[in-house]
Amino acid sequence: MAKPAKSGTVAAKSSAAKSGSTATRRRAAPAKKAEPAFAEAGDDNFALRSLQEAHGNEKRYKASDEELLEFYEQMLLIRRFEERAGQLYGLGLIGGFCHLYIGQEAVAVGLQSALDSTKDSVITGYRDHGHMLAYGIDPKVIMAELTGRHSGISRGKGGSMHMFSVDHRFYGGHGIVGAQVSLGAGLAFAHKYREDGGVALAYFGDGAANQGQVYESFNMASLWKLPIIFVIENNGYAMGTAVKRGSAETEFYRRGTAFRIPGMDVNGMDVLEVRQAAEIALDYVRQGNGPVLMELNTYRYRGHSMSDPAKYRTREEVQEVREKSDPIEGAKKELLARGISEDKLKDIDKRIRAAVSESADFAENSPEPDASELYTDVLVERY
Amino acid sequence: MAIELKMPALSPTMEEGKLAKWLVKEGDTVQSGDILAEIETDKATMEFEAVDEGTVGKIVVAEGTDGVKVGTVIALIEGEGEASPAPAASKSEEKPAAEPKAEAKPAEAEAPKKAETGTAQLASEAKPAANPEVPRGTNMKIATVREALRDAMAEEMRRDDRVFVMGEEVAEYQGAYKVTQGLLEEFGPKRVIDTPITEYGFAGIGTGAAMGGLRPVVEFMTFNFAMQAIDHIINSAAKTNYMSGGQMRCPVVFRGPNGAAARVGAQHSQNYGPWYASVPGLVVIAPYDASDAKGLLKAAIRSEDPVVFLENELVYGRSFELPELDDHVLPIGKARTVREGKDVTIVSYSIGVGLALEAAEQLAGEGIDVEVIDLRTLRPLDTDAILTSLKKTNRLVVAEEGFPVCSIASEVIAVCMEKGFDDLDAPVLRVCNEDVPLPYAANLEKAALIDVPKIVAAVKQVTYR
Ligand SMILES: Cc1ncc(C[n+]2csc(CCOP(=O)(O)OP(=O)(O)O)c2C)c(N)n1
Ligand SMILES: [Mg+2]
Repeated sequence: MAKPAKSGTVAAKSSAAKSGSTATRRRAAPAKKAEPAFAEAGDDNFALRSLQEAHGNEKRYKASDEELLEFYEQMLLIRRFEERAGQLYGLGLIGGFCHLYIGQEAVAVGLQSALDSTKDSVITGYRDHGHMLAYGIDPKVIMAELTGRHSGISRGKGGSMHMFSVDHRFYGGHGIVGAQVSLGAGLAFAHKYREDGGVALAYFGDGAANQGQVYESFNMASLWKLPIIFVIENNGYAMGTAVKRGSAETEFYRRGTAFRIPGMDVNGMDVLEVRQAAEIALDYVRQGNGPVLMELNTYRYRGHSMSDPAKYRTREEVQEVREKSDPIEGAKKELLARGISEDKLKDIDKRIRAAVSESADFAENSPEPDASELYTDVLVERY
Repeated sequence: MAIELKMPALSPTMEEGKLAKWLVKEGDTVQSGDILAEIETDKATMEFEAVDEGTVGKIVVAEGTDGVKVGTVIALIEGEGEASPAPAASKSEEKPAAEPKAEAKPAEAEAPKKAETGTAQLASEAKPAANPEVPRGTNMKIATVREALRDAMAEEMRRDDRVFVMGEEVAEYQGAYKVTQGLLEEFGPKRVIDTPITEYGFAGIGTGAAMGGLRPVVEFMTFNFAMQAIDHIINSAAKTNYMSGGQMRCPVVFRGPNGAAARVGAQHSQNYGPWYASVPGLVVIAPYDASDAKGLLKAAIRSEDPVVFLENELVYGRSFELPELDDHVLPIGKARTVREGKDVTIVSYSIGVGLALEAAEQLAGEGIDVEVIDLRTLRPLDTDAILTSLKKTNRLVVAEEGFPVCSIASEVIAVCMEKGFDDLDAPVLRVCNEDVPLPYAANLEKAALIDVPKIVAAVKQVTYR
């Protein structure tokens, strides 16, 4: 009964439809070149659109072969890791809710590659495995968390939805839709307060974008010029609800306008476009201009979680995105076109399969937490 | 080498399923992402995707086969030589344990082969005794709690056009837990309304619509998410009638699953019964079986007061007798004796009732005759029923799937102390979950949740056995 979303969203939206809307916008805001310095606050329309313009002028990051190979490898790691997680779930080794990131790999990889890992921070929701892998966190401890084992990153107490790495300034892993947006603004508040130069990245979904606290946070973040990038991962659906059935304004990047937050509409299926957009946004935020809102147009190939029959969309819709805009296939094609050999890519593939197998073995064979762990970590201090 | 495809678990609770349909045949080549088969679980038909590339070598389990256990080999995929190293988990199981490296790990601990869920121990086969509120000789059918709840809503919607249902995924998706199945079809999108993920907003809209003369049934996907909306439940819905000197009513029902679910961790597993039951101005109902679920939801929808109606995901699929009556409405605020006994009383509600009944059966074998009271309504609490049973048995245990501190159990114990002290032959004990956020790890989850042995032990303690 569910009508397919903005059907074929990604493919259509990120190519043709997009450039159309950019053109319209250009007409509205007279041709002014986005110079490195950002528009004065007084120039209302331009200030809100300047980043999108800058992105329009320079769509893709000029990656070296090594960089593109690295992005490819990271995306492939996420894909293979998630496929394996799905298998382990099927075998009953992972329980509860398990939300896979398959299809969305370019978003986390493109954005996080642009961060300064010595000071920036990241927070997301429950669909968090990909963000952790993109951060270079050991797949073994992530997989062992999925199986609920002692050597998991949360010692088996959190599970798929609740993983954290304070060392990497990765602040979770949150199960309540929308919560990470205010929390992310809080991380940004701390960056500003401590004047540490860091920027917070708060990822949330198209469904989460409708929670009230998102807008409360937008207002405060803009009012106080907090160093944060709000990243909406628009994968077309919130569980079974296609974007247009749940959102009055489906162009999410516009939703900061009322709070004077500039928006960026980004093709989330091309890791180089994502990376380029990240550079522009980070530059703006680091200059102390306050928040940026980025909409990353992407697609989830699997069901919402492992128990979602996904009857709200057609197989053809999924297949079309897979065939036309897969981020990994896209990167692969580009690498081959640059003259990277098939063999080299095969080697990467092998290496990743081995790493993923190793993580799965580790996760299957690690013991469960000790029974005494039930009562640890409830409070930090004793009273 | 061949990769074994095994029957997958496609939901947190799936143990077995039906192999409804093969979408490939022997000899087909498949690629990662191809749909191989359709598998029916208790809740839905799911697609089973290929992860590996290769050729379908052999289909082991034919389509149409029912009751295929999770983990059964259902087909073999021939890999394409070295391009596709077999990643089947069956293979990795044979490998030696991975090096633990820096991570400390207790040497003697065993890695389990499959992670059981602690909620398995909340299962119960025991059935409540016949309900005297249902006229003798009424025809009974077998129905799940899920169906009973849906029927209650449908009947009330037919009866009163002010009644409508709203919430996340209630319409087109048929409910995240399929409780609203079929309602959209019968009542249309005006009365069965999908909301965005905006609990605070739609709880307010429901509350306001009730103030405006409608009869909203607001579904929370789970009560964990109602915390986003608790301000409207408590500050807007519960207090209005009082603050307006009785002018402005708020006949809204907030309903959805509450309590622990399988392996979903701390943020998705909590019993809010005690929270809402502490608020004057609310009615709080938490039924156990299908008959009570139906009869009390109908009563809740008809009530002039705001009602918090707490269901339980783990109970949705349980089958019970459901009276075939034209209008099965039960009284709010009345507990039900689901088992008569004379030696000791176990007071419980919701999923705890099944455990209490199991414990009672077990104890009967040891010569202890247990009475089990299902509170059904948590506010107003049926203190008469508790005290009457206490007068008879002189010993009481409260069993509650929830935190122990400031619980319904605490309240029941206070009632016994204040009004039943002279009837007590032993201290009243409570058996609850452990006082920790619910952990994900299977072994810790088991340890954290209430179970039958803990109830049995408490009963023995108060009966000095
Ligand atoms: C407050 C709250 N309401 C509802 C849920 C249940 N829920 C979990 S994920 C989800 C859909 C979210 O969709 P979206 O924000 O688009 O993110 P995606 O899953 O697509 O990554 C819902 C409704 C929840 N976890 N928290
Ligand atoms: Mg989404």
